[in-house]
Order: sequence, then C-alpha cells, then structure tokens
Amino acid sequence: MSKKILLEHINVPGIETLEVYRSKGGYSSVEKALKTMTQDAIVEEVKKSGLRGRGGAGFPTGMKWSFLAKPEGVARYLVCNADESEPGTFKDRYLMEKIPHLLIEGMITSSFALGANTSYIYVRGEYFYIIKILEKAIDDAYKAGLLGKNILGTDYSLDLHVQAGAGAYICGEETALLESLEGKRGNPRIKPPFPAIAGLYACPTIVNNVETLAAVPSIVNNGGEWYAGIGIGRSTGTKLISASGHINKPGVYEIEMGITVEDFIYSDEYCGGIKNGKKLKAVVAGGSSVPILPADLILTTANGEKRLMSYESLADGGFASGTMLGSGGFIVMDETTSIVENLYTFARFYHHESCGQCSPCREGTAWMEKILHKIKDGHGTLADVDLLWEIQSKIEGNTICPLGDAAAWPVASAIRHFKAEFEDYVKNPSSISKVKHYHNMNNLATA
Amino acid sequence: MSEIKFDDNSLALVQSIIKRYPEGKQKSALLPLLHLAQAEFDGWLSVPAMDYVASLLSIKPIEVYEVASFYSMFNLKPVGKCLIEVCRTSSCWLRGANEIVDHIGNKLGIKPGETTADGKFTLKTVECLGSCGTAPMLQIGDKFHEDLTFDKVDSLLDEWSNKTEHSKYLDVNTFRKN
Ligand SMILES: Cc1cc2nc3c(=O)[nH]c(=O)nc-3n(C[C@H](O)[C@H](O)[C@H](O)COP(=O)(O)O)c2cc1C
Ligand code: SF4
Ligand code: FES
Repeated sequence: MSKKILLEHINVPGIETLEVYRSKGGYSSVEKALKTMTQDAIVEEVKKSGLRGRGGAGFPTGMKWSFLAKPEGVARYLVCNADESEPGTFKDRYLMEKIPHLLIEGMITSSFALGANTSYIYVRGEYFYIIKILEKAIDDAYKAGLLGKNILGTDYSLDLHVQAGAGAYICGEETALLESLEGKRGNPRIKPPFPAIAGLYACPTIVNNVETLAAVPSIVNNGGEWYAGIGIGRSTGTKLISASGHINKPGVYEIEMGITVEDFIYSDEYCGGIKNGKKLKAVVAGGSSVPILPADLILTTANGEKRLMSYESLADGGFASGTMLGSGGFIVMDETTSIVENLYTFARFYHHESCGQCSPCREGTAWMEKILHKIKDGHGTLADVDLLWEIQSKIEGNTICPLGDAAAWPVASAIRHFKAEFEDYVKNPSSISKVKHYHNMNNLATA
Repeated sequence: MSEIKFDDNSLALVQSIIKRYPEGKQKSALLPLLHLAQAEFDGWLSVPAMDYVASLLSIKPIEVYEVASFYSMFNLKPVGKCLIEVCRTSSCWLRGANEIVDHIGNKLGIKPGETTADGKFTLKTVECLGSCGTAPMLQIGDKFHEDLTFDKVDSLLDEWSNKTEHSKYLDVNTFRKN
C-alpha cells in the first residue's frame, strides 16, 4: 500500500465538513504554526521538505517563498492557483470538492508564514459548483475563529476570498492570473519583475497551486525532514495523478513519487490496465503540454531502465526520449488511437487559448491547427508535415509566456515519435477511416 | 427582456464582493459582477448590462467590454435557455466526445454554435473542463454531467425542454456575504 498524505482521510464520511475534518486532526497545523513557530521557521521546514510546485513547473516551494520581498508597510499576498485548465488535469477539483478544508488550512498556515493578511483562491469559472463548496467551507472557518481577526486568539489576522475566473486557460499562468484578479484581460506580464517582488496590485505576492498548498499542513505538523523522506531523490513526497483515457479505472490517485510507470498503468491499485484488453500505444504523462511518448519509451527509458513516476525519471533522456511530470495529467491511449487526431485536439486547444500578445504564439498556433485539420481530413502533403515541424520550432522560446512552448512541445514530440503515422495520413488517406471512427459506439449506447 | 438593474439582494451581494478587495481596487470585482449580470439578465451580456456593471464599479465601459470579450464564459450574444457545453479535448475525444456532439446536434437539428429555432437550446463545443477522468462530459449551468451515454444525453434534453428558467453558472447565493 502506498503512502497517502493528501487523501489519507478522503473516504471518511463528512470529511468535507469542518467538524469531521477537525476530528481527524484538521487545522492542527494552524494551531502549531501560529502558536509555536516563527514565520522563518515554517519557511525553513518547507525548504527542508523539498516540496516542489505542483502546478506544473516543479519549482521548489520553500525557495520561492524565500524570494518574497518584505518592504516595510506594504501588503503581501498569497494567491492560490485553482485555475486548473491543463487538459488531462482534474486533481485540484477533486481536492477542493472532497476535502475543501485541507486547502483552507494550507492557505492559513502558508499565509501566516508569508506574512499575508489577505489571500485569494482563484478558481476557474467553470468550477462554480466547487466555488459554492469553498465558500461554505470558508464561512464555517470564519465562524470557528480560524479566519478573520485574531485567529485562535493570536494576533494574526487573515481574510480569505474566492475569485471566479471566466473561461481562459491562460489565466493559469501566474501573471495572467494576477491580471485577471485585478479585473483585466488575462494577458501574461513580462518578467521580471516576478510576482514575489511585484505581483497583485504591484505588491509582493506568492502564487501556488492548490496541491502545493494542501501539502503544507503535513509538512508543518511532521517536519520537513519527514516529508523529504518520502518519495525518491529530489522528487519528495506524494503527487496526485489525474488518470484518464483508455484505462479501466480513470480517476485521481495519490502516489508516492518513485513507483514505476508500469505499476501505475497496470496495477489494480491505480489505472487497472488498458480498457477492453487493448494494447498501450502512447501516454501524455503530465498534461497536454508535455511531450507524448510511445509505449516503449514511457515504460522504460532509452537506457533500458524502468521509468518511474518522478520529476527526474520522466524527464530522463530530455526531449529526445523523455517527457515531464508537469501537472500530473496522465492521458493513456490504446493501440486504436490516432495520434494525428489527438494532436489536432491539442492544437485547436492552444489556438483557442493563446492570448494573442506574441505573434509566434498567436499566428503559429492558428497555423498548426489549420495544418493538422488538413492532415487529419486526408488533404495534407509531406510538405505540410515539414511545415508543422518548422512552425513549432519557431514558436518555442520566442514568446512572453510558456504557453507558446506548451503548444509547440506536443507537436514536436508527436512528429518525433510518430512520423510514420503522419506520413500515412498524407500518402494513404484511404487508410485513415480505419483509425478515425474507432470509438466503440456500444460503450456510449449502454448506460 | 429583464430590466437592467439588480434587485436589492443582488445589490447587497455586489457591495459585499467589492469589499473583498483593497480600497480603490474595486475593479477586481469585475469578473464576479459580470457573472452575476449574465445570470440575472437572460444569460448574456448586452451592452446596457455591461454599461450597468461599469457604473457599479465606477470604471469606463470600455474597461468592461475588453474584459467581457476576452473570457469564453461570457456570452456577448443571446443564447438559448439551455446552454449545452460539450468538451471535446483529448481525454473526452478519446472516449467519444465527437459522437456525443453529433448525437445532440442530430436530435436538436443544429450544429455547434447554433441555437434551436424555438430558442430553447444552444449547443457549444468547449475545451477541457477538468472532468477528463469521467469523460465524455458536458456542462449545463454549474452542473457537470459526466460519463455520458446517449441515454443520459437524451434524458437531459427531455428534462430541459420542459424547463422555463435559464441555465446559470451561479445565483445570488453562490458567494458568501461577508
Ligand atoms: C499556460 C499556463 C497555464 C498554467 N496553468 C496552471 C494552472 O491551471 N494551475 C496551476 O497551478 N499552475 C498553472 N501554471 C503554472 C503557474 O504559472 C505557476 O507556475 C504555478 O501556479 C505556481 O505554483 P506552484 O509553484 O505551486 O506550482 C500554468 C502555466 C502556464 C504557462
Ligand atoms: S505565449 Fe501566447 S499566451 Fe503567452 S503571452 Fe504570448 S501570445 Fe499570450
Ligand atoms: S478533456 Fe474533456 S474534461 Fe478534460
């Protein structure tokens, strides 16, 4: 049985209520932090834990926190990134829905550590039913004296509010999120300055993912060293993986970093193998933005070692033969899947979500969608495949924010690993129908 | 067409939302207020509705238009009473999203982006809604309908053809009044 930290109590009936959550030791990190620890001591524990940002970039959280500017008399903010819009990712939603007080506890403890007296949770607008759940939980926390003035009788005060987004993937990028929270279009800012120096309302601000903040209570309660002892190497602790696609048991799983990819896909504790007894064709391991890998490379590295669920192992081999852990959005594709059509859905997504500030991203994502549309419908040429490669290479590294890279990588990796399939689409369009409508209509017809 | 003015209950909520942000930063309330306006004024944001929100926040109308036009959840044109949003990104596509879209389109006699002649239904295709593990899925108002089958879709369409109210993402009770 693997280690559970975030989801330890997820199946306790009523765990979404303050009462039951507290009966399971909930909010003890607030007690401990506010009454027995200094702000610096908490930051130190988080550093020791090796916790890395769970929003996708994997930046060490304690280090980020230590960059926070603390000019005298200027407000500081903690903003939780609950925009969760990376295709394949649905773990933050799961946490907020099932155990909302864990995030609120993490926000209080973290806000105290950072010296923030007002904090916001920015939730994507499509999650309004989750916003309702969070608002209720926050209300209950206020009534219990865990939020508001003089929390638990100490001299620390914190107001916590939920902000609703309105449908824009780009608002998950932290500076776009801050623009949106200021009531503007979600156009990413040019960095530097980084939010830790000038963020919300130009004040020092830390932006962290839901899962990152939800890990803080356990670190404060048990110590950074304890957390660092879980997992493997520099991938400490546990990670929530959102598993979807052609598997027997889609869902959110908490894994200890370091289990094998093979175990994750095939064991009954996790995905339970490929649906309908089919063979594995490919996996997108960390949300739509990370390189797609064919079955052999996702299961074993180019060196022939078993690939592990960790930042380092998934990245082993660089982009030539590896990928990234990203947000942990694990999309599994069986042998019938058309890589070209799947890529088309990603290209359409990035085109739709580009904010339009940078020409390479705005124009490039539009071109990539168009070309893939043409190829998937059987009207492409070999020159189109080359052009696609050319375009993605010109976007990467030439934009204000990483959305440009995120749009380029799936295209590059699909061509790198599945070039023959693209060529098939071009040279032999009549073969396309075989893969095109493979969906088992019976699955949809039965309740 | 409803009159473009919030009732007292909504106005109280507006004041409570504005208080969530520091003095002078009331523009931060723009997204929540636009959501509220869309929910209260027939499911879309007309120019008078946006001007009204601008006046509540003491900002210029253009500051509202440029924001409303950026975000995909804000409808700048009228939509049917029931707005059906079907995800068709990768994980949903892998599990039959296109077939779901076709099925709904055939039943209603419309294509994605269109509204039925009786103004009941609008069909829209959207990108990943964070429900990939329960694909295929669609959203109506604030409700996610997951693990869709043709049967489930049919009963949803039946249910909504009998309703008179608009599908909504939120109502005045969604946000806490602090
Ligand atoms: C296009 C784009 C979309 C992003 N979407 C999200 C998101 O939905 N949630 C998230 O936590 N981080 C997202 N990020 C990463 C954030 O910019 C930021 O790194 C993160 O919120 C920091 O929190 P962490 O260090 O706890 O991961 C996105 C980044 C980019 C470039
Ligand atoms: S890379 Fe794309 S999304 Fe990011 S700022 Fe440029 S245009 Fe906008
Ligand atoms: S891909 Fe459809 S909800 Fe994520």
